[in-house]
Amino acid sequence: MSQSFRLENIGLINRDKKLSFKFNGVTYYGYEGDTLASALIANGVHLVGRSFKYHRPRGFFGAGVDEPYAIVQLYRNGETEPNIKATEQELFEGLEATSVNCWPSVNFDIGAINNFLKIFLPAGFYYKTFMWPKSFWYKVYEPFIRKAAGLGVASTKHDKERYEHKYEYCDLLIAGSGPSGLASAYAAAKNGARVILAEDKPRHGGTLLTSEVNIGNQSGREWADGIISELKEMPNVIVKNRSQVFGYYDHNMLVMSERISDHLPKTKKFHPKQRLWYIRAKEVLISSGSIERPIVFGNNDTPGVMLSSAAKEYLKVYGVLVGRNPLIFTNNDSGYETAIEFKKNGVDPIILDTRKDPQSEIVDEAKNLGINIKFSHVVVAAQGYKKVKSADIAKISDDKEQLGKVESIKCDCICVSGFWTPTIHLASQSGNKTKFKEDIDAFVPGISKQNETTLGAANGSYVLEETLKSSFEAGQELSKKITNNDNEISFPNVAEKKSTTHDKFWCVPLPEGKNYKRFLDFQNDVSVSDVEIALKEGYRSIEHVKRYTTLGMATDQGKTSNLNGLQLVSNIENKVVPNVGHTTFRPPYTPVSIGAIVGREVGKHSKPTRKSPMHSWHEKNNAVFVDAGVWLRPRYYKQGNENLFEGSKREAKNVRTNVGVCDVTTLGKIDIKGPDAAELLNRVYTNAWLKLPVGKARYGVMLREDGIVMDDGTTTRISENHYHMTTTTAQAANVLSHLEYYLQLVWPELNVNVVSTTEQWAGAAIAGPKSRDLLQKLFPNSDVSNEGLPFMGFIEGDLFGVKARIFRISFSGELAYEVNVESDNGNFMWEKIMEVGYEFDIQPYGTEALSTLRIEMGHVAGSELDGRTIPYDNSLEGLLSKKKDFIGKRSLNREAFTAKDRQKVVGVVPLDKKTSIPEGSHLVKDSNAPLPNPKLGYISASCWSVEHDNPFSLAILKDGKNMIGEKLFVMSPLKNKVIPVEIVSSHYVDPKGERVRS
Amino acid sequence: MLYIKCPHCGMRSQNEFSYGGDATVKRPELDKEISDQEWDNFVYNRKSLRGKHWELWQHLSGCRQWIKVERDTATHEIFNTLKANEEIS
Repeated sequence: MSQSFRLENIGLINRDKKLSFKFNGVTYYGYEGDTLASALIANGVHLVGRSFKYHRPRGFFGAGVDEPYAIVQLYRNGETEPNIKATEQELFEGLEATSVNCWPSVNFDIGAINNFLKIFLPAGFYYKTFMWPKSFWYKVYEPFIRKAAGLGVASTKHDKERYEHKYEYCDLLIAGSGPSGLASAYAAAKNGARVILAEDKPRHGGTLLTSEVNIGNQSGREWADGIISELKEMPNVIVKNRSQVFGYYDHNMLVMSERISDHLPKTKKFHPKQRLWYIRAKEVLISSGSIERPIVFGNNDTPGVMLSSAAKEYLKVYGVLVGRNPLIFTNNDSGYETAIEFKKNGVDPIILDTRKDPQSEIVDEAKNLGINIKFSHVVVAAQGYKKVKSADIAKISDDKEQLGKVESIKCDCICVSGFWTPTIHLASQSGNKTKFKEDIDAFVPGISKQNETTLGAANGSYVLEETLKSSFEAGQELSKKITNNDNEISFPNVAEKKSTTHDKFWCVPLPEGKNYKRFLDFQNDVSVSDVEIALKEGYRSIEHVKRYTTLGMATDQGKTSNLNGLQLVSNIENKVVPNVGHTTFRPPYTPVSIGAIVGREVGKHSKPTRKSPMHSWHEKNNAVFVDAGVWLRPRYYKQGNENLFEGSKREAKNVRTNVGVCDVTTLGKIDIKGPDAAELLNRVYTNAWLKLPVGKARYGVMLREDGIVMDDGTTTRISENHYHMTTTTAQAANVLSHLEYYLQLVWPELNVNVVSTTEQWAGAAIAGPKSRDLLQKLFPNSDVSNEGLPFMGFIEGDLFGVKARIFRISFSGELAYEVNVESDNGNFMWEKIMEVGYEFDIQPYGTEALSTLRIEMGHVAGSELDGRTIPYDNSLEGLLSKKKDFIGKRSLNREAFTAKDRQKVVGVVPLDKKTSIPEGSHLVKDSNAPLPNPKLGYISASCWSVEHDNPFSLAILKDGKNMIGEKLFVMSPLKNKVIPVEIVSSHYVDPKGERVRS
Repeated sequence: MLYIKCPHCGMRSQNEFSYGGDATVKRPELDKEISDQEWDNFVYNRKSLRGKHWELWQHLSGCRQWIKVERDTATHEIFNTLKANEEIS
């Protein structure tokens, strides 16, 4: 069977390029320009899946984004993607797809037993049935339901494809390139406006591709082609196909996803798969058209039942017959257009029209063509399981309540038209207050909130001439406001057939004694009876009915089901539809791949990576790196087979006995200048700053206004009105913003400027008893003796011709210095330090040794200054000035902060001097106390003390001041550990601080 | 995404800014004796208004200036923006 439903002389596909593809393992052929759906239908395949709940056979219902059924698992270039609409996926050579939601196969699906159990699966079924016993939900019910329900399977592999983001600005964004989109884009572009015209489908033109109209002596399609090629030539216009504007956000920001490579067998080199566009538009024109509405009848989900407009599109765009014995079931003139196309292509359709005696040009044409039309007739039920085989039809009374005698007629498809539903999603997302339009039984945009205008069918206008006229005008008027140009465009003649009114009929009553399922929502299997049950059970709000029944909640978001659902609720409730209201339209309009949303920010590109100027040296010397915020820092320098513990211990020991060097470039640095700089520091830091002499550094702590420690660091007075502030690596950006806040908003009278110089300086900390000897060799012309450069002193020096700043400050608690040079000289400095330091047994040390050194010294850092502690907690209360005010001071006398048993930092040593203490563990008095065991404190940082050669931790402990010498327990339920410990002073090494001053 | 008019740089997207809270809160002067209640009002107590609201934003990835923005917290409409040194009228 090879494309036996393909017609010879019709369609826009490229018959010169035959493509092979596989569906459920079977090889078929189609043409370039096909969708997977059109190619399958050409091959007579109508069974593509199983429904979500009852596992009923599923075929094709639409021909585009509204498709509720034909969802497939796609395989492309070794990757797989779930839940792809066959109606949107373009065919390419070698495409492979399989059905979803069926096991073991689409033809024989075990889950279809649900179809016979359907009386047990009513609305809210999951809520009602699986709630008891509670423990069964996780163990039994949920895993079973997950296996039985659900759609495609996501790949667990890393996605090798590239996705991009793009920002664009324009005067007019036009969503949809049907007649109104083309006309408004053309008018605006001719007026000089910057226009983006976005079309979801591969082909531009919308309904002009399928309707029999003439514009300016050309067919509608030729006119569309002409406009598009002219627009593409204009420098002020961006024309995009395969691009869905799916979200309308605040301040006229719209997001569009462009499918660049999805229609190709594989993505071209250096091309993205998809691109997400963030578009800020001055004006938005929504020309998204309408989606045909189904009519509800028995078994209306049988494969072969589809929208009449879709049947027409398959015929006219793809040259494919959806059936050879079509039945057209309509309540308006649109169904006739489909019937006429069938007739013209040698197929005899039968039209069932719910109307009694419609009079219009289109109806007359159908009559003249000799098409069999049955007025006042309805389809009662479709018959056939995996494909429509016949239809039960009946005459219907004028009041639409009574069915006549039911008879069966043979057919192989039923093309349904229940009139049109404007696609108002984007307008609604923008905040537009939609209104109900009686003559079309549907909502249309009402009062705009943002700069948005909806045109054409999306606005409920179904007369081409009106649509074109209003769209030309809108394009002209809106662009005029922006560009001040006023280029008149001559309006083309339009020839179209006039339609008459539709019949407000949407649901066929059940014949006596029959209990057919009549579906409202096709993807989620929500039937008329489900909504009836929900209402009987007391659900009133349409939002609640939606969630209880899952009406309109599937991947198609109810594009075909919403209005009929509303009709039903309003009928039962005896309300009119506008009083029931519609559920909220939220972005995205169509599903967007996660890859497109994430864009290039994946893996190590999810944040910037900052490296110090010495990074390549660290790499060459076996540094094992660790993420410190966005910085990469050496954690330790691996020697031989050393692990982290052994390596960091060796490095820390070497600092205590010889000399070590650590890359401290990552520390935040802020340059502060101005006559009031000292005053600013005095207000920002808790200690006194007005008397700091030039050439001296001071340690300072800054608080938030609520008294919590924000950051600490040293600030050095470089010259009279010039200071160099350092911050912790993590808080660098926040501290700068903090200073800017006070300077710009609170104390604008202070004459001070602040600027970040973190990246301008490379820093090396030289620490250890031999550090002065090393420094003297590095700076032979400088006096670095204890007198020449005392603790907390600062000098400038000459490092083999490179200007350097030398600070005598210490984080390790040893005699230590920090040398800063301009970043470009960082590597030079480092290599010189290593070279000259060789004779002093210098070793580089990483962050792990750095932590070890500071922890055993009892120096608090980020793990203690964790946004929950005040100066007292960190034993920094000595730095609180009593004489002056500072940021956060007023908060420190709060009751909790001054409590007698206030928490304080302490040291913790395991009694066995062997067991390492996990960070984050709790301290308790009694390890056997019933849970929840009262917590006295927590371990903030742990290390292996190199000085004492046993584990040592810092902890924030309640009443820490009076706990020294106490025996407590460390509990870590996560690691299943209980460790008896002794509380000691946090200053475990050199408690008097003699070394730093030596 | 909001579109904010920085008084120094012009119209910029929200992702260049960071939010900074209520712009009408005044920090008590330094060294001034104030009650606990006044201090609590400054540090903690905020009205979570629905509707027009003056708030602070910093143009972090732009000119780094703190600015005042009058915005409707419900609709996100922005009515006015001021420099840090301009008084809210």
